[in-house]
Amino acid sequence: MIYKLKFGDLLPYWDVLLWGLVFTLVLTAVSTIAGIVVGTLGASARTFGPKWLGRLVAAYVELIRNTPFIVQLFFIFFGLPAAGVKLDESTAAFLAMTINLGAYSTEIIRAGIEAVPKGHIEAGVSLAMTKWQVLRHIILKQAFQKVYPALSSQIIIVMLGSAVVSQISAQDLTYAANLVASRNFRNFEVYLLVALTYLGLAMLMRSLLRGLGRAMFKAK
Amino acid sequence: MLFNKPTIAALFALATAALATQARADALDNIMTAKVIKVAVPQDFAPFGSAGLDLKPQGYDIDMANLIAKALGVKAEIVPVTSANRIPYLQTQKVDLVISSLGKNAEREKVIDFSAAYAPFFSGVFGTKDIALTAAEGLKGKTIGATRGAIEEQELTKIAPSDATIKRFEDNNATIAAFVSGQVDLIATGNTVAAVIAEKVPARAPTLKFVIKDSPCFIGLNKDEPKLLAKVNEIIAQAKASGDIAKLSEKWMKAPLPPGF
Repeated sequence: MIYKLKFGDLLPYWDVLLWGLVFTLVLTAVSTIAGIVVGTLGASARTFGPKWLGRLVAAYVELIRNTPFIVQLFFIFFGLPAAGVKLDESTAAFLAMTINLGAYSTEIIRAGIEAVPKGHIEAGVSLAMTKWQVLRHIILKQAFQKVYPALSSQIIIVMLGSAVVSQISAQDLTYAANLVASRNFRNFEVYLLVALTYLGLAMLMRSLLRGLGRAMFKAK
Repeated sequence: MLFNKPTIAALFALATAALATQARADALDNIMTAKVIKVAVPQDFAPFGSAGLDLKPQGYDIDMANLIAKALGVKAEIVPVTSANRIPYLQTQKVDLVISSLGKNAEREKVIDFSAAYAPFFSGVFGTKDIALTAAEGLKGKTIGATRGAIEEQELTKIAPSDATIKRFEDNNATIAAFVSGQVDLIATGNTVAAVIAEKVPARAPTLKFVIKDSPCFIGLNKDEPKLLAKVNEIIAQAKASGDIAKLSEKWMKAPLPPGF
């Protein structure tokens, strides 16, 4: 049997798919920013903070990096209400993605911090820079520069991983695709279109991040 | 000639009818002579029929089979079947009745007969007790959980007002989890699923708000058995009147019979 492609069957659902795409974009943007903030704080705390705080951050990183994302998501959405914390699906999705990216970026940024030569820090201190100035202008700036490619990859992984949030009825691009497929049974067309959309998004994000990186680190 | 042609034809017709009546009478008479009625029941479809802790079939359909046997004054022989082979079992006379959450449709009506409805089976919107809701219009501004692609989800999408939010989940378990955890206070599902939730999580027992699609269960029997059909219908009518069916519903569906059943 020859399968006849009918992309026209997707047309009535263009708005569903478009809103799904918008949701995925917003969710990725917001949780990327929040996740990197968490990662920066985590990495700084682990490297410079008191021992107990470092241990706490280490425990968080290990817990998140060694459990599946979907389980973390289900725990937040289906599990936490039993403890009185009821979050709607968008908040739960945002929180799960932030916590997840936070843990990975903590490790990535920490590697960058540890690669900053001690002499640079001593130079800063000897120039009478305050602790915060040293952290911001010498340590973090160099750390980010060193790990920027790794961090960019992680952000794209998180964007692609966001497809999982459709499982808690968060209306992202994958949710939209599942819904359309359940209505017109055009699975091949729907998932092909959505796969290409994710591919396009990933490539777009990669070049955006590369441009952003150049702007941030080249101007010296 | 003593008999003219029309008379002969009439005699033949009479004889054929008499023979046919005799053949039709077989099913009920056979049951009464053997003092056993063989009933096909489900074994993997709770609460209609599933294996109990003693591995014996138990459920609404088994209780219904025993109720009919008792009313006939005979012994019930329970024959566990699957949904695929329940009608063939009937057609090959391996059983006298099929009480196996059987729904009625035109295709099945061509090959077997159906009794009156004996069990409620429907999908609807269920929710916690505190929500006052009686029709789809009442869903304005409300959030309902449903399993994506299920009949009730597709129907609900058609009948719900545009400002109602339908949260669609991947499978039945996720929909149930969303309701049980309180992520949604309304769900569109089948009455049997609602019964399971009511049994496992009494604190959030879902109550019926309105019916989306009604497809009650019927007892299946072979065609051309008017005596057996009449008798079964009589027993069902009596059981409805006496409240025995309502008791079965309370026992297995954890809910009263829907209005109009």
